[in-house]
Amino acid sequence: MRVFNKGSIFKYIGIILFYAIFQVLLSTGVLDDYIELNIILICINIILALGLNLITGFTGQFSLGHAAFMSIGAYTSAIVTAKLGLPFFVGIMLSGITAALAGIVIGIPTLRLKGDYLAIATLGFGEIVKILALNIDYIGGAIGFNDIPQYTNWTWTYGMTVLAVVLIKNFLNSYKGRACIAIREDEIAAEAMGVNTTFYKVLAFAIGAFFAGIAGSLYANYFYFIKPDSFNFMKSIDILVIVVFGGLGSIAGSIIGAIVLSVISLLLQSVSDLRMIVYALVLFGIMLFRPAGLMGNQEFKIFKKGADANGSVKGQ
Amino acid sequence: MAVLKVNNLSKSFGGIEALKDINLEIHENEIIGLIGQNGAGKTTFFNLLTGIYAPTSGEIEYNLGKRITSRDLKPHKTAGYGISRTFQNIRLFQNMTVMENVLLGYHTGFKYGLASSLFKLPSRHKDEYEHYERSLNLLKEFKLLDKKDVLARNLSYGEQRRLEIARALAANPKVLLLDEPAAGMNPNETKELTSLIRWIRETFDLTIILIEHDMSLVMKVCERIFVFDSGRLIAEGTPDEISRNQRVIKAYLGEEA
Repeated sequence: MRVFNKGSIFKYIGIILFYAIFQVLLSTGVLDDYIELNIILICINIILALGLNLITGFTGQFSLGHAAFMSIGAYTSAIVTAKLGLPFFVGIMLSGITAALAGIVIGIPTLRLKGDYLAIATLGFGEIVKILALNIDYIGGAIGFNDIPQYTNWTWTYGMTVLAVVLIKNFLNSYKGRACIAIREDEIAAEAMGVNTTFYKVLAFAIGAFFAGIAGSLYANYFYFIKPDSFNFMKSIDILVIVVFGGLGSIAGSIIGAIVLSVISLLLQSVSDLRMIVYALVLFGIMLFRPAGLMGNQEFKIFKKGADANGSVKGQ
Repeated sequence: MAVLKVNNLSKSFGGIEALKDINLEIHENEIIGLIGQNGAGKTTFFNLLTGIYAPTSGEIEYNLGKRITSRDLKPHKTAGYGISRTFQNIRLFQNMTVMENVLLGYHTGFKYGLASSLFKLPSRHKDEYEHYERSLNLLKEFKLLDKKDVLARNLSYGEQRRLEIARALAANPKVLLLDEPAAGMNPNETKELTSLIRWIRETFDLTIILIEHDMSLVMKVCERIFVFDSGRLIAEGTPDEISRNQRVIKAYLGEEA
């Protein structure tokens, strides 16, 4: 059985060990609440960045509205868990699904556009979602949504992060994922090979939105409180910066990008005046010296592209 | 039997008539050459044949097991019907490996669904394995096997041309359209290409339509030639007939012959 070859056993042990170590450290209090908060924020950013990387880095569709999907997920989860009192799992799944549906609805008309036009359209979509949230009293309007039960913990966050990495990696190694990458490489040639480009762009958009919705759900159920401004244009830019910083078209890059940028901004908290300046300098530096991002489009071995076609087949 | 019939086909862009009243018929297993000066409408004709453009008027009709008309032709559907093409300026997926490029050629052959793509269900493995094996064979036939893990952009020019043809053949076409396959090749490479094209026709049992400026290639490999001039079809016939046709000589040399 190829599922249980040597390499993958180490991989699974590694994934579980990583979880267990942090779980022990957090529950025994070695790592305090402040560190837990930051770890969870990093994971949420990883999930967001992976979704946006699928859309922008792998499929080549420039989107500036990723925070809007997070917002839809966050509000869905808030309604499901706080207003309807349903379990968190339902909240997470429904968040992903509503965000994905929003991705499909917005993707079908806008994904005919290319480049800057698409960017403007998705930016507009982000504003629409924000303004809708501001004006619906049921979800608190401008005051925000209060008293969301705090269900998000390390277990949920880590589980969802691993799920995002595994599913997106699997997807990218499938023929559907290759079709998405082919669209980025050459849309006309991809079409000539029989790739229905509209379908695959919308599919990538929906999967990216699904994970943004999940990230929103984790966010909402961690901070008790959400408001429309938490998911504004700047949040979309933050996610985009992580993706570009880590490397467009690299799963490992998105993960490292989220961690490095969060840690930098944490370390600079003591010099809050200088924080944005140093942050900007780091971005300048990376764009000057590694314009393709930290990882370029490379992967670590465990995320290796094409492992499905090469690795697992050889292991037959 | 006619595999492709074109009736009164015209295409205009605004006021410019790129193609005017084209009528032709192409039979199964033929190797057809389209020649004509730059701007004569050859590539426009290819783009009409592959659904990239819709005709302004007239009709395209393929007979590929079932009847395909110009209304059915959408760019992403042509591969599924059995119509494959290469491009004038090589259009490979530059940052994908040679293997991945060929696997993309098999795109319409994959059957497993979204759930398998996300969760690696068993159906996916079998499907991927079969196409991987087929790609290996195809790459071997095109002498690209040792390059299978190389990014397409790192191939030499001749190899890129070969890979593009291999990728087009992966879709198992009945009609193969080659847009200037010899462009940029040296005489030796062109000679190899000549035998490659014949070999493809025999091995894959298909109809080949090619646009080419290199007359040595066209005259050697094509069985029939269509000559385009300013959007019109001005002559058709065997290489021998074409090389003696007064209208063709006039259009090519631009003087009273």
